Amino acid sequence: MKRIKQQCFGVIMLVIVTLLGWGVAPAMADEFTQEDLNRWESEYMSVVKQGRKVFTDGKLGTNGVACAQCHPNASNTHPETYPKFQKQLGKVVAIWEMINWCIRNPLEGKNLAADDPRMVAMQAYILHERRGVKLQPGKH
Amino acid sequence: MSKSFTRRDFIKSTSALTAASTLPISMVELAFADSSQNFTFAHISDSHIQHIKGTKFVRNWDRGLIRAVAETNLLNPKPDFVIYGGDLAQLGSKPELDRGAEIMSALNYKTYYSMGEHDYYEDLGEYWSKLFGKHYYSFDHKGVHFVVLNSILTYDEWTYDRWPTGKQRMLEMAGIDNPNGSPFMVGEKQRNWLQKDLAKVNKSTPLVVISHSPLQKIWKGWNFWTEDAEEVQELLKPFKKTTVIYGHVHQIQYNQIGNISFHAVMATAWPWPYPATYAQAEQYLPKLTIPMNRADPFHERDATGWQFINMGNGNVDMHYTLNENASRTVAFNTKTGQPEDMGYQAENNRIPPQSHY
Ligand SMILES: [Fe+2]
Ligand SMILES: [Fe+2]
Repeated sequence: MKRIKQQCFGVIMLVIVTLLGWGVAPAMADEFTQEDLNRWESEYMSVVKQGRKVFTDGKLGTNGVACAQCHPNASNTHPETYPKFQKQLGKVVAIWEMINWCIRNPLEGKNLAADDPRMVAMQAYILHERRGVKLQPGKH
Repeated sequence: MSKSFTRRDFIKSTSALTAASTLPISMVELAFADSSQNFTFAHISDSHIQHIKGTKFVRNWDRGLIRAVAETNLLNPKPDFVIYGGDLAQLGSKPELDRGAEIMSALNYKTYYSMGEHDYYEDLGEYWSKLFGKHYYSFDHKGVHFVVLNSILTYDEWTYDRWPTGKQRMLEMAGIDNPNGSPFMVGEKQRNWLQKDLAKVNKSTPLVVISHSPLQKIWKGWNFWTEDAEEVQELLKPFKKTTVIYGHVHQIQYNQIGNISFHAVMATAWPWPYPATYAQAEQYLPKLTIPMNRADPFHERDATGWQFINMGNGNVDMHYTLNENASRTVAFNTKTGQPEDMGYQAENNRIPPQSHY
């Protein structure tokens, strides 16, 4: 009898714990755990790493030139200033459009789609190297 | 500096040059008391001729060197000789060095070559030697002693034991932001040679040292650096007038440490950002330096160029011939005892493109 009681208590506790989302996967949409944070961070960092690879890859264009040849540590890319007006393009552009300009010209290659994983990765890398710098959209 | 030369005269002639900047070929001749000892030479550097495959090379870098050679040939009055500052090739391959040598062969002047890391790390300068000769040497010209150093050596372990092939070793050194790289140095053997070479030279003889890496420590992260810079400076210290002219950094830099003036040169291939623009590390530019204008990528040759150098009374006036920008002159000011930009040195003379971030 005592044993059954204990078991019942155990089951009730388990139900309560599950409902409140303690210790196990979140039950509510707006809740996340340290584990989640770690996973998201590592997903992000793996894309940053991928971006560094693309950024130093002579095969991104057609002539062997890599982005990092002119932009060590992605410096002089100023991601915090986009979108901004580029007088030579005659309009306000996002940074991926400027990346494509570089791929077409110094790298003599072809545009990447805005959602091409390589384009996303390059932006992750460029911004990661620029982390901590305050946003200044439009700045020249 | 003689009385016949005043700062005002210099500024006048410099602005005359600026006015003629659509034809960046004219040269300022300075009036010194003993003009027979004055001479000029040109300096071309960092062309990074890059092989694609077969007979194809990166057009952009080719054009930079071809243009510098053509303009140097048009100089009037003619320079006494030309210095090449290193990084003729991108990955030190035979086809790259051959093509670079071929473009350079159109020069009408005697040319002295110095070694860059991009020329060296594939075969440790073996093929380069076949084309251009010794890795380090000295010569005298009109009372000035010139020393050319190979300053891009590094630790033996890195050079000889770490990489399975020369090709990989070259690739690892080629990316300046590659954490697998290794700091540049002149090395003990060459410093011993330098000590012996300088022992024969009178201490009042003007000295010009040509190197690829800065013989001063600017930032290790991108190898704007020479590990044994202080030891080399110590050997240059006894000389009253010493100038170090270096390549590698692809940007305007200048500095004065004791009696030694330092000048960096522009690349013919592409410009590099100033180290302080990298947000994840602290770096400093020599306080004296007024930076070059920020590069506009829409102009292919912007922030690239070559330089001609006026040797007057043993000091250096550095004229930057910039393809898509107004020329710049950084000249030794005998009053302040340091190199100064003839147009922008004063705080309120600087222009917005000279702020880098
Ligand atoms: Fe270079
Ligand atoms: Fe270099």
